Amino acid sequence: MRKKFWLFSLVLWTFLLTGCGQSLSQQSVLENAKQANTITWGVKGDVRLFGLIDVKDGQQKGFDVDMAKLITKHILGPKGHADFVTVTSQSRIPLLKNGNVDAVIATMTITPERQKTVDFSKVYFNAGQSLLVPKNSPIQDAYHLNGHTILGVVGANSVDNVKKASPKAKVLELQDYAQAMNALKSKQGEAMTTDNGILYGLAVQNPGYEVRGGTFTKEPYGVAINKHQKSFVKAVNQAIDEIKADGEYNRLIKKWFGQVPGFNYKELYSK
Amino acid sequence: MINIFTHYSHQLLVGFGWTIFSSLLALLFSLIIGAAFALMEVLPNKVCRMIGRTYVEIFRNIPLLVITMFFYLVIPMYLVKINGFTAGTIGLTLYTSAFIAETIRAGIQSVDNGQMEGARSVGMTYWQAMRYIILPQAVKIVIPPLGNQFINLVKNSSVLAFVAGFDLMYQANSIASATFDTINSYFVVGLLYLIITLPLSYYMRYLEKRTA
Repeated sequence: MRKKFWLFSLVLWTFLLTGCGQSLSQQSVLENAKQANTITWGVKGDVRLFGLIDVKDGQQKGFDVDMAKLITKHILGPKGHADFVTVTSQSRIPLLKNGNVDAVIATMTITPERQKTVDFSKVYFNAGQSLLVPKNSPIQDAYHLNGHTILGVVGANSVDNVKKASPKAKVLELQDYAQAMNALKSKQGEAMTTDNGILYGLAVQNPGYEVRGGTFTKEPYGVAINKHQKSFVKAVNQAIDEIKADGEYNRLIKKWFGQVPGFNYKELYSK
Repeated sequence: MINIFTHYSHQLLVGFGWTIFSSLLALLFSLIIGAAFALMEVLPNKVCRMIGRTYVEIFRNIPLLVITMFFYLVIPMYLVKINGFTAGTIGLTLYTSAFIAETIRAGIQSVDNGQMEGARSVGMTYWQAMRYIILPQAVKIVIPPLGNQFINLVKNSSVLAFVAGFDLMYQANSIASATFDTINSYFVVGLLYLIITLPLSYYMRYLEKRTA
């Protein structure tokens, strides 16, 4: 019995101690990236228009992915290599913290809570939260959702925002956008909520559904970088400025959002 | 870690409750269904055996998540609305019942054939022999592996998280993404699962000793 007890506490302590390990924050991500000539990016794999894995060649494609490629080129030079790792809303911060990715560019809103854990670059895209509903839905906007069931995604701040707009709305958190969309089709909820850019992507894929009610929050997207990496944040900010200044940014906006019906992409142009 | 306990005690308690509720429901129904199909598998009637065998092979060999998703997404699209909790519990019941059926069948068949023949030769009917001779012996053999299935059932109930079933795992995901404290969130939830499964484990051991 005594032996068993010791074994048990040993296992327990192993678990506890893993929480105390030193993080990778002492190393400079920028230096490592320059040495390897590679930046590893965390991008979405299930979000049309931003980061979607193309089933034909297994590559991630979207606005976030193209932005990451451009930023890489601006930091490391034309021969710089961008590596992509698929992340979800839930996994992106842990993967960044434990060093699996150097930076996350995955439809990630800059929020004060997140800024406690990670650093952000400047805003590279201005999104806003909206609702996706079947075309015959009676739902008009986010402020009249009390008593309705709304579908969101785990790890996104969209769920809290709905609660703020309509405190008595029932919110279900699904694992990813594809699943939330399927749940909407199966009538597990009456509307799906997240950022408008993502919803427009889903509306393109799913005729019979539309984005409704305009945006009810401001969701500025930023590149997330681990804490204590000031040099890397600076390099990314500079790259974003350059990309906006030389017109590459507007070209990307047009490439990805020019074809989306009902979306005034010119609003997004950098001036 | 203490922070998570105190800050999110309500959420954790709710998750704990739904996990136990789902596990109990699934336990009850999978025992009934599992026992029924186990009996069908050992009956002399060939059609019965076929039905039992098919049921077990289907639900034992499809991943739990697939069964659950089927009830959560496919059935509501064509038939009736099933919420996440119900879909998860149905999936859990069907999946576990297949394993329970296998366990019970193995237990019944491990009782020596001579027992049945002996019982029949002293004038018992098939069902009397089953009830008074075979099953009491089978129960003793079946208890340890059945205990294993119960523990698995509790752990498998985490499938509810994938269909928004409000269980412990769902709350863990939600807390982890709100606090960004992934390690401690899952650690706390791991402990809460242990609170359910460890007593179960020890009770099974006790039963095993008493019946052996």
